[in-house]
Amino acid sequence: MVCWQSVSVWSVAGRVEMTVSKFMAIQKALQPDWFQCLSDGEVSCKEATSIKRVRKSVDRSLLFLDNCLRLQEESEVLQKSVIIGVIEGGDVMEERLRSARETAKRPVGGFLLDGFQGNPTTLEARLRLLSSVTAELPEDKPRLISGVSRPDEVLECIERGVDLFESFFPYQVTERGCALTFSFDYQPNPEETLLQQNGTQEEIKCMDQIKKIETTGCNQEITSFEINLKEKKYQEDFNPLVRGCSCYCCKNHTRAYIHHLLVTNELLAGVLLMMHNFEHYFGFFHYIREALKSDKLAQLKELIHRQAS
Amino acid sequence: MAGAATQASLESAPRIMRLVAECSRSRARAGELWLPHGTVATPVFMPVGTQATMKGITTEQLDALGCRICLGNTYHLGLRPGPELIQKANGLHGFMNWPHNLLTDSGGFQMVSLVSLSEVTEEGVRFRSPYDGNETLLSPEKSVQIQNALDSSYSPVSAFQAAGNTGSDIIMQLDDVVSSTVTGPRVEEAMYRSIRWLDRCIAAHQRPDKQNLFAIIQGGLDADLRATCLEEMTKRDVPGFAIGGLSGGESKSQFWRMVALSTSRLPKDKPRYLMGVGYATDLVVCVALGCDMFDCVFPTRTARFGSALVPTGNLQLRKKVFEKDFGPIDPECTCPTCQKHSRAFLHALLHSDNTAALHHLTVHNIAYQLQLMSAVRTSIVEKRFPDFVRDFMGAMYGDPTLCPTWATDALASVGITLG
Repeated sequence: MVCWQSVSVWSVAGRVEMTVSKFMAIQKALQPDWFQCLSDGEVSCKEATSIKRVRKSVDRSLLFLDNCLRLQEESEVLQKSVIIGVIEGGDVMEERLRSARETAKRPVGGFLLDGFQGNPTTLEARLRLLSSVTAELPEDKPRLISGVSRPDEVLECIERGVDLFESFFPYQVTERGCALTFSFDYQPNPEETLLQQNGTQEEIKCMDQIKKIETTGCNQEITSFEINLKEKKYQEDFNPLVRGCSCYCCKNHTRAYIHHLLVTNELLAGVLLMMHNFEHYFGFFHYIREALKSDKLAQLKELIHRQAS
Repeated sequence: MAGAATQASLESAPRIMRLVAECSRSRARAGELWLPHGTVATPVFMPVGTQATMKGITTEQLDALGCRICLGNTYHLGLRPGPELIQKANGLHGFMNWPHNLLTDSGGFQMVSLVSLSEVTEEGVRFRSPYDGNETLLSPEKSVQIQNALDSSYSPVSAFQAAGNTGSDIIMQLDDVVSSTVTGPRVEEAMYRSIRWLDRCIAAHQRPDKQNLFAIIQGGLDADLRATCLEEMTKRDVPGFAIGGLSGGESKSQFWRMVALSTSRLPKDKPRYLMGVGYATDLVVCVALGCDMFDCVFPTRTARFGSALVPTGNLQLRKKVFEKDFGPIDPECTCPTCQKHSRAFLHALLHSDNTAALHHLTVHNIAYQLQLMSAVRTSIVEKRFPDFVRDFMGAMYGDPTLCPTWATDALASVGITLG
C-alpha cells in the first residue's frame, strides 16, 4: 500500500509504514555499500492498472528519490553509501521512458528496473520495454533488475543492457530438492560435448512432463535446467551432481547420498544442494562474462536455449 | 538356546584399548582406542548421526571439530537406504564420506523408543515400518548382518577380496531392551535373552578382524540381575562392553548405582561404553565412575531448539535477554560459531524463517561436548581430575556443594568429595 508519504509493508511485526525518514534512518544504521531507494512499485503487483495510477507511481518514486537524496546529503554516515534509483512505469512505454529520463537526471549510483518480475511469458512481452528503458540510461552506471533469475531470462536481459541480477533462482532450485545441471560451456572440447550430449539426451527423455512441486507454500515448476534428486533413479547413482564441478558437494558426495538425505528429510540436503547450486550458477555468470569479452554471447545463448524447456 | 559361550568367542578378541593414565582416587581413566579408522582418545563423547548424517553439518565441519568417532543407526539405515545400497556405495564410510570411525547401534534401542511399532520374541524384534507399513524382523543375526554389510568389502561371495573399506568400526549386539521404568519378570527375561542374543551375534559375526562387536550389559535397575549379566557376559571375550538399559526414565540415584556396579565388574583393559549419556554433569560423574565412551542426541537435539551449551548450563538464545548481547556464546570456546558470531546475531537468526541458527548451534554444542571430554582427559593425565571435577561443579552450580545430591553421592563413592 503506497501513498505520497509512505510505502506500507506487512511483516511479522505487523504493518510497517515506511516513510522516507524511517527508511533513511534504517540505512544510516545498516550503512550499506549500495541501497535501493524507496519507490512505488505497487503497479506490478496488480492486474489491470490505469494510466493515472502508473503515472502516480512514477511521480511518487521520483519524489521519494529526491527526498532520500536530500537526507543522504545531510548525513555524514551515509556519504559512503550509494543510492540506486528505481525505474517504475508499469507496462506503459511513455511512463517508463519518463521514469528513466527523470531518474537519470539525479545523482544516483545505478538503476534498478522494477516491475519486470513474473513468469517467462510476461517477461517476453516486456522485453521491448526493457530495451527502450536501458537506451535512456547512461552507459557508465550499472543497471540492476529485480525478479529475473532464470538462465534464459538472464541472457535476454543482458542483451538489453542489464548488469546485475538476483540469485534467487538457485535458491528456489535448492528448496525443491533439485540440482542445477545445465551446461554453459559454449566451447567445450569435443569429447566432453559428446559425454554431455549423451547425458542430456537421457535427462530429456525422462522429462516427459514438467512436474509441479509444492515447496514452502508456493507452486514452482521444475525447469529443464535442473534434475530432481528425489526421483528414484538417483537412488543408486554414485556420480557427483555434475561431473567436473568443483563445489564441496560434487567433490565429496554423490547423487545417491543427496537422494537419501532428501528422502529422510535431513537438513544436510539443503546445505549441500545450496553449495552446488550457487557454484553452478556463478560459474554460468563467469562464462557469460567470458562470452561477452570474446563476442560469443550468441553461442552461449543458443546453448542455453537448447536446454530451456 | 544354549547360554554357554562358544569356543570361538573365548578366543582372544582384539585388545583395542590402551590405558594411558588412571586417576588415583576415582575410577577415571584416560586411554586410546585403536580402531580400524584411526586412534580415538578416551574418555570420548560420540555425536549421533543417525541417518548417515550429522543433522545439518558436513563431515568436513565434524572433522574440523576434532571428532574421530560418531554413531550411525542400524535400524534406520537398514530401512533407508538399506544395506545393499550402502555396500554399493563403498560401505557406510563411503556413503557418507566420513574418514574416521563409526559405531553402529544394533537397533535395540528402537524397541523402546518405537515400542508401539515393535514386538519382541525369542527370535528377534518384529518392527512395523512407519514408512510403508511393512514388517521387518530384526534378529541378532539380521542385525549383525546389516552391520557387516555396511562394510563395502564384505560379501559372502567375495570373502577372499583384499580388505578395502572396513565398515563400521564398532558394532553393537542386538539386545533385548526394556525401559528402565519397567519392573517385574520382563526385566529378567530381557537380561537372559540379551545373553543368548549376544552369543548369536558372536556366532553370526563375519568380520571380527575388522569390526569390533561390543556386548551390552542389561538387567535394568536390579543389582542382582545386573550382576548376573555382568558375570555371564564377561565370560565372552568381546573387544568391549556397553552399559545399556539406563538413561531412560529412572531416577539418577538408581542410575549411578547401576553404572558403578557395572564398572566395578567390567574388565579394566577393555573400553566401557555408557549408552545414552548425556548431560555434562552426567558425563563428568560417569567418567569418575570408570566409563570411557558416551553417546547422546541431547547436544545436537537441543541445538535445534535454540539452546547453546555452556559451562554454566545452557543459554536459551531465543529469549529477549540475548537480543543485544554481542558477545560469543562462550568466550573460551574455540568453535567456528564462537569465533565468528554473537549471541545477538544467533538470537536474530532464531527468529527468522531459515535454519541457519540451528547449524551454528549444532556446531557449537558438539564442540562443547568434545572440548569437555578433552579437558577431562587432560586433567586425568595430569593427575588433577578430582580438582577438575570440583571446578566443573563450581562453574555449573555456582558452588561445588550445590551440585545435585546424586552426583555428590556418586562422586563420594569413588573418593571424590566436593565440599
